[in-house]
Amino acid sequence: MVLPQTLLGLLEPAPRHGYDLKREYDAAFGAQHPVKRAQVYATLGRLLRDGEITVVGVDRVDGPDRTSYALTSDGVTHLERWLAEPEPVTPYLQSVVYTKVVLALRSGRPADRILHSQRAAHLAVMRELTERKRGADLATTLACDFTLFHLEADVRWVEHTAARLDRLAGELT
Amino acid sequence: MREPLLTATDLHLSFGQTRALAGASVQIRPGEVVALLGPSGSGKSTLLHCLAGILRPDAGEVRYRGARLDDRTDDARSRLRRDDFGFVFQFGSLVPELTALENVALPLRLAGSRRRPAEDRARAWLERLGVPAVADQRPGEMSGGQGQRVAVARALVGGPRVVFADEPTGALDSFNGELVMDELIAAAREQGAAVVLVTHETRVAAYADREVVLRDGCLAPDPVSA
Repeated sequence: MVLPQTLLGLLEPAPRHGYDLKREYDAAFGAQHPVKRAQVYATLGRLLRDGEITVVGVDRVDGPDRTSYALTSDGVTHLERWLAEPEPVTPYLQSVVYTKVVLALRSGRPADRILHSQRAAHLAVMRELTERKRGADLATTLACDFTLFHLEADVRWVEHTAARLDRLAGELT
Repeated sequence: MREPLLTATDLHLSFGQTRALAGASVQIRPGEVVALLGPSGSGKSTLLHCLAGILRPDAGEVRYRGARLDDRTDDARSRLRRDDFGFVFQFGSLVPELTALENVALPLRLAGSRRRPAEDRARAWLERLGVPAVADQRPGEMSGGQGQRVAVARALVGGPRVVFADEPTGALDSFNGELVMDELIAAAREQGAAVVLVTHETRVAAYADREVVLRDGCLAPDPVSA
């Protein structure tokens, strides 16, 4: 999971406390693996240090101080760049692409472009593997096939999701 | 950059109330292998049929080697398909009453070749595709994979400039699908033929030099500009 970028995406609509961010993260992406509160605060600390978020207020309501964070323009730039770049092609990357799609839909960005770019990135790697198989020995061919079948499953998920973007957007808003 | 061999510009085509193409444009260069991708109903097969001169668009134009193709008469388009194009479909590529050898020789016979040389060449293609044993069998007596390899031989025997393949592996398992694609692409590249390939299988699309994605009858936005 790519926590820094995900927190940037969750912070984009409005400033939030660290605790709210953890709750939102777990609701949207943490069904299998909820994020630890300490991870959220450590990541916020790094984003603050790097100038990608800023402190916009400190509240105290019957307990410890709660710091509110907001995105800076550097944070928006980082988020935009990350959303636009296809992920390096490896098997089992759906969770990262799913995160990008959700964040894009929540922010009104064109989520279909993310899926389209990812398919193109996958096909580029699949094309190389298909080419490598030409005239190769059986061991090489089967090794390439192993990766090709996994990448094909990724692309099927991409297409499956692309066909359901409207419904997903409806459920997220 | 070489001049395009085939160009479709702003094609529109509806079947009754159903809009199949809504402004699709694509260019195919000589010797290039292009995969048309997209969900069911996105217009990819319709686009292939327009490029091949099988269907006429309601609006827009198709050019082949610089000249309009879509406004030619039915006879002229039939001649072009016979002389310059080869076809492989998911089903029904072969004439069921003819043997494999006669099927492969058919394009040559229709182009005026005599029986003996046409069948010699057809036999060489069946050997090349690894199915010489089915030469005397009719399509109903062959397996799906054998039938598709015979169809590939028939598509390529006349030395086409473009091969149109619509889901050529759609009815095959992955092993036979790969055999068919290996042979189709290798033979087309050897002959310098372009291939326009409609498929819903990503592993099949990976044989292409590039992919064009259709959605709702037109091309999906270029991912580079995302």
